[in-house]
Amino acid sequence: MITRRQTLTLSLGAAAGIGLARFGVAPALAQAKPAIALPPLGYPNEALEPHIDATTMMIHHDRHHAAYVNALNGLVEKYPDLATKAPAQIMADPAQIPEAVRQAVRNNLGGHYNHSFFWELMTPGGAKAPGGDLRLAIDAAFGTLETLQDKVNAAGLSRFGSGWAWLVVGKDKKLDIMSTPNQDTPLETGAKPVLGVDVWEHAYYLKYQNKRADYLKGWWNVVNWDKAAENFAKAKG
Amino acid sequence: MTFSLPDLPYAHDALQPYMSKETLEYHHDKHHLAYVNNGNNLLKGTEWEGKSLEEIVKGSFGKNAGLFNNAGQHYNHLHFWKWMKPNGGGKIPGGLENAIVEAFGSVDKMKEDFVQAGVTQFGSGWSWLQVKDGKISVSKTPNGESPLVHGGKPILGCDVWEHSYYIDYRNRRPDYLKAFVDHLVNWEHVDEMYQAAMK
Repeated sequence: MITRRQTLTLSLGAAAGIGLARFGVAPALAQAKPAIALPPLGYPNEALEPHIDATTMMIHHDRHHAAYVNALNGLVEKYPDLATKAPAQIMADPAQIPEAVRQAVRNNLGGHYNHSFFWELMTPGGAKAPGGDLRLAIDAAFGTLETLQDKVNAAGLSRFGSGWAWLVVGKDKKLDIMSTPNQDTPLETGAKPVLGVDVWEHAYYLKYQNKRADYLKGWWNVVNWDKAAENFAKAKG
Repeated sequence: MTFSLPDLPYAHDALQPYMSKETLEYHHDKHHLAYVNNGNNLLKGTEWEGKSLEEIVKGSFGKNAGLFNNAGQHYNHLHFWKWMKPNGGGKIPGGLENAIVEAFGSVDKMKEDFVQAGVTQFGSGWSWLQVKDGKISVSKTPNGESPLVHGGKPILGCDVWEHSYYIDYRNRRPDYLKAFVDHLVNWEHVDEMYQAAMK
């Protein structure tokens, strides 16, 4: 399918091509590459069935995440750091973002960072339970994996409105559980995420409707604990 | 007072195709019910027990987040059901229409601003027409807030929590808001609240 925007680009490109050809210059091939690209999901939409359905994954990635990326590309001109700095670096200190674009960057770069993190944390493969150092740290901090899961679920359930629940390595280097509203990230508190679960209604409504608790319970089945262990190692530094 | 869930003022399928039966079954029968039940539990033993809903909403704002969230959403949803009707979105009663034209320049501009407020409310929340300082204006609030706790009086509100439109419109919030203003608004109830707010 060719969208209206693509049609416009194509016809403009064709017109420019005609003009430039006269001067022996090769026409520009395509629109400039956007500064920020939507990362691929990394697995098919249906890979997380039956816990997360294919339609939800398609809309969540192709439309919601894409909307954050599109909005960010619209902000690059006003805030060029978006094209050069890592999202985590910017989100760790939102106060440095120029005030005129701060809220828009928080929302859209937060959305981009959180979702990129989220896709990688879920997978049809990978370890089904935490191992190694992460397992030891979870046992030390929470006693059991079930206690950790209950606490993350409780954080997700008590987030009124839209947001995320997280397992993080806090500023004090200890494992902790927190939740953030909307697309805020744990980074601005000095914490680094190990696990994060999206509790915006768009993450679960088509399959679970009002039953956020059931979605959270199901979500643990698709966590890639290898990725969580990697996040943990990086967070500990 | 304790909170109780009112019946919808129309059948669950009465707002189709703009709002589905399924959406209203979840939204009214489950979400609103949860606000009522949680609100009642959280109200017990507080200084607001026995107060009116508006007093509870205003009084608990900034003081008791759990109670406020649920009481605020109970208030918002009580009116939300009445702000819609089958074959809504038609003619606006004369006096209210004049006030809207005076405030916005035209009815279309008011609708445009109202939709824009809902589209730009990041995350969960509401878009509003309110009477503030004796004039009609548009506003938006997050989560369970309303103009009540920001010095205004709500006369029309549209729920832009994703649960309000996700089954029918998925991520297309602008389409939902346009359908709401063009086909669902019960302007008679808006007018009633406008008259009361201007007193």
